[in-house]
Amino acid sequence: MTFTALTDADRDAMLAAVGVGSMEELFRDIPDAVRLGRELDVEPALTEAELMAHLSQLAGQNADAGSELLFLGAGIYDHYVPAICDAVMARGELLTAYTPYQPEMSQGTLQAIFEYQTAICELTGMDVSNASGYDGTTVAADACFVARAATRRTKVVVAQALNPQVRRVVRTFAPGFGLEVVEVPHSGGTTDPDAVRAAAEDAACVIFQQPNFFGCLEPAPDLAAAATAAGALPIAHVDLLSLGVLEAPGNYGCALAIGEGQSAGNHMSYGGPHYGFMAAKGEHIRRLPGRIVGETHDLEGKRGYVLTLQTREQHIRREKATSNITTNQTLLALAGLAYLCWLGPRGLEEVGRACLSLAEEAKRRVGAPLAFDRPTFKEFALDLGRPAEDVVRAARARGVHPGYPLGRDYPDMQNLLLVAVTEKRTTADIARLAEVLEP
Amino acid sequence: MSDESYPDELHYHEAHDWVRVDGDTATFGITWYAQDTLGEVVFYSPPEVGDSVTKDADYGELESTKAVSGVVAPLSGEIVEVNESLDGNESAINDDPYGEGWLIKVRMSDPSEVDSLMDAAAYRELVESL
Amino acid sequence: MPETGVEPAEVPAGLRRAAPPRLPEIAEPDLVRHITELSTRTFGIDTGFYPLGSCTMKYNPRVNERAAALAGFRDLHPHQDPEGAQGALELMWRLERMLAEVVGLDAVTLQPAAGSQGELTGLTLMRAYFDDRGEDRTEIVVPDTAHGTNPASVAMAGYALVGVKTDPRGNIDVDDLRGKVGPQTAGLMLTNPSTLGLFEERITEIADIFHGAGALLYYDGANLNAVCGISRPGDMGFDVVHFNLHKTFSQPHGGGGPGGGPVAVRGMLEPFLPVPRIVRGDDGLSYDWDEPKTIGKVRGFAGPFGVFVRSYAFMRMWGPALRHMSEVAVLNANYVLARLKDAYDLPVDRLCMHEFVVSARTLRREHGVTALDVAKRLMDYGFHPPTIYFPLIVSEALMIEPTETEALETLDAFCDAMLAIAHEAAEDPQQLKDAPHTRPVRRLDEAEAAKRLTVRYLFEDHPTSE
Repeated sequence: MTFTALTDADRDAMLAAVGVGSMEELFRDIPDAVRLGRELDVEPALTEAELMAHLSQLAGQNADAGSELLFLGAGIYDHYVPAICDAVMARGELLTAYTPYQPEMSQGTLQAIFEYQTAICELTGMDVSNASGYDGTTVAADACFVARAATRRTKVVVAQALNPQVRRVVRTFAPGFGLEVVEVPHSGGTTDPDAVRAAAEDAACVIFQQPNFFGCLEPAPDLAAAATAAGALPIAHVDLLSLGVLEAPGNYGCALAIGEGQSAGNHMSYGGPHYGFMAAKGEHIRRLPGRIVGETHDLEGKRGYVLTLQTREQHIRREKATSNITTNQTLLALAGLAYLCWLGPRGLEEVGRACLSLAEEAKRRVGAPLAFDRPTFKEFALDLGRPAEDVVRAARARGVHPGYPLGRDYPDMQNLLLVAVTEKRTTADIARLAEVLEP
Repeated sequence: MSDESYPDELHYHEAHDWVRVDGDTATFGITWYAQDTLGEVVFYSPPEVGDSVTKDADYGELESTKAVSGVVAPLSGEIVEVNESLDGNESAINDDPYGEGWLIKVRMSDPSEVDSLMDAAAYRELVESL
Repeated sequence: MPETGVEPAEVPAGLRRAAPPRLPEIAEPDLVRHITELSTRTFGIDTGFYPLGSCTMKYNPRVNERAAALAGFRDLHPHQDPEGAQGALELMWRLERMLAEVVGLDAVTLQPAAGSQGELTGLTLMRAYFDDRGEDRTEIVVPDTAHGTNPASVAMAGYALVGVKTDPRGNIDVDDLRGKVGPQTAGLMLTNPSTLGLFEERITEIADIFHGAGALLYYDGANLNAVCGISRPGDMGFDVVHFNLHKTFSQPHGGGGPGGGPVAVRGMLEPFLPVPRIVRGDDGLSYDWDEPKTIGKVRGFAGPFGVFVRSYAFMRMWGPALRHMSEVAVLNANYVLARLKDAYDLPVDRLCMHEFVVSARTLRREHGVTALDVAKRLMDYGFHPPTIYFPLIVSEALMIEPTETEALETLDAFCDAMLAIAHEAAEDPQQLKDAPHTRPVRRLDEAEAAKRLTVRYLFEDHPTSE
């Protein structure tokens, strides 16, 4: 392996051109007191072949979706990722470019982001999308920052049925943003609009999830109306893959739509990298964090694309910026774009319908009762009548991962198991799930 | 873009703002040098009539594609008018900085502050030193 | 879509989508051609030399991608029980140790999603540390050469920003600094080498000033590629460091991400690190979610795992020779600097580290040619331009970072182009003002974009396409 092309002769010629006698002398500005003066204490270098052998051995210790039948979701899902998504990553130009600061060098990336923004706006019913955020958790914290600026209020309301990791990230950054976080408890698996209305007084925003963390369908239009009535921005945290069958947040009154994009075109990859998405109604465009691509023309009148509204961003506005974000998740977002184009509007609806129908089938086939009497999409909670952690352990020993024990986040739900059914699962898989869940 | 000029009848602030005094009212704008440095103005968020401005403090913000710049009040007072015609026509600030590109009108709270400002000759000297 | 073979289900009418999203309806061959066509109008490291200062655009080894695509990594669910993810945990645990050694600190969290999120995480850790000690410190000192992310992160973390000037040698102005550090100071955020590409010669003195006031030092790792195996931030006195895995450790940048922004800390800050922490016990590796003083979570799960695989692969192939990586990066930068210093202005005449800044000030004064014109003309010579107009304290700045992966022949070709452009500036400045001439588009009207704000395809303007 060599990742440098330097020969000894090159080195000597270059040192001479610089006017120093040795490599050591190049570092003469570094005081002796802060020089390492020894070799780094890391393991010896590996050849590429040795490296792959080592990594294959590590990868082999993991129970991936190919070695275990997966009904685990809770935010990340085992949907099919078509080969076209990998094709995006395989284009070295797209893979190895930096942020498109020089538009004439980056028209491909810029146009692709513009197309991504279009697709996200279409799916969510919004007017503007940024070029992506880090993931489904951090976009929620970003959204709070937008809402604070829009309303000048300092409280944010989150539904307890919002993904616990998302709530946790919001809570981490809220104090720095000068925000107080209030939670609205769920009521039988969904969020009560009247409770939202009461909690949202003086709040900058209300963040709820559709479908929520328990898989239940929230009365989303009523939640949005309740937030709006209190003068708070309604923000929906949504699953892109659901938006072929579920209404777009922009069409039921939400100000922002955010979420985790993994389900649409990204491999699970043990949690990342994926893309978070953030879209908003037009009035919030100057408050959005991150890159936004806009259409324009060159001096000969030819259509082209540039990063626009850069004056919102940290490299120009510095401490007054709408966010500190610079690197986002462009490549993963472009894989998402490829996925959405590959499916098309009918394909997206078909995938959603397949998940929904298979999940309904699974509900009918498993013996355990549902924890919540609410309509669901691709995920639902079962009340197993015994500790869900024990059931997971036993099922895994039989080659099935049956789901996520909700007791990990909700102490009063020790017996509840959250089961996700994607379009990859078959009726035979569901039968197998029912079998391992039998007491 | 207009040609470089610094009209003699105006007063100038070192932050590259100009003032036209008319009785107890003063009109504010940015100088030719300021608009040239900033580049084509694409967005202006004006303050509101009735707000007060303080000498040497920002009262608004101008954006080009590459920079954002606070606009400094050369004098103190209460805003009596803002230039509504700039909305969608921000390039007037570049094309006619001392005419159509004016930003706000202020009823001065301390007309003696005018004495602290530069005349055109002094300001021209400042610009040439930059 | 395959037939599911089950009874079709429907969502409740009130929640059902009324009109389908207007997505393209095209066949896969056309989609592949579209992606390929877009890539041909994109310039990456795989295309050519990309000396974008402060971005460390080095070659991304192909094996990184193969490693990240191993099914045991790629198809692993992040909620998988730790017993079923021992290989992933092992990789992260080892990566944490390697990163800690490179910067000379005690503990690492891999969780932050990118450098700027690492900054926000680090500042939040500092706040938690001082809160725990009952100290109310409100200010962070940031030099005027800093990346824009530093002041933005300071503001987002709820701190007040205190600027400090740069002296004529390109170091922090220590006299300016002394008066600004006191009991109100939470810390310093510093990039070292700085964005001028210069090593902070008085770093230990600066560290003493802050530590003497009870404050902490934060190291922005954007420029870590200069000093791996040579000098460690922890030994310089820094208490918190973020890494940019997509710069120093070869995660491909993907046209704007993904990145990775792990944070390393000195021992006294470890209790505050985000959860989950990776811990090794008798039964192997597991997650510890139960840290009473933790700041919480900054991103989902344990971080962008696929990025860790790539950076781990890269670091394992270098091993202790990471020092050589940094040496070559510094040699390459100094060589290009030596060849360009007579044709361009030099804000500070010193040996540089892994990058340097020159100015087109004289070209502008004498020929009306700006740094932007030089950048655009470089495109015609087949090179990606350097970072321009940064750092803000240098007028007409061109910030050049060749990295270690460029051959002498490439560096020479770039230098020849830069010298030719300086010559053209005198002979035919219009040629530069009109550049680029050879790209898919000419110079684009950014003002039009900012005024029109067309940020998605406007179906309403193209009624026939619906």
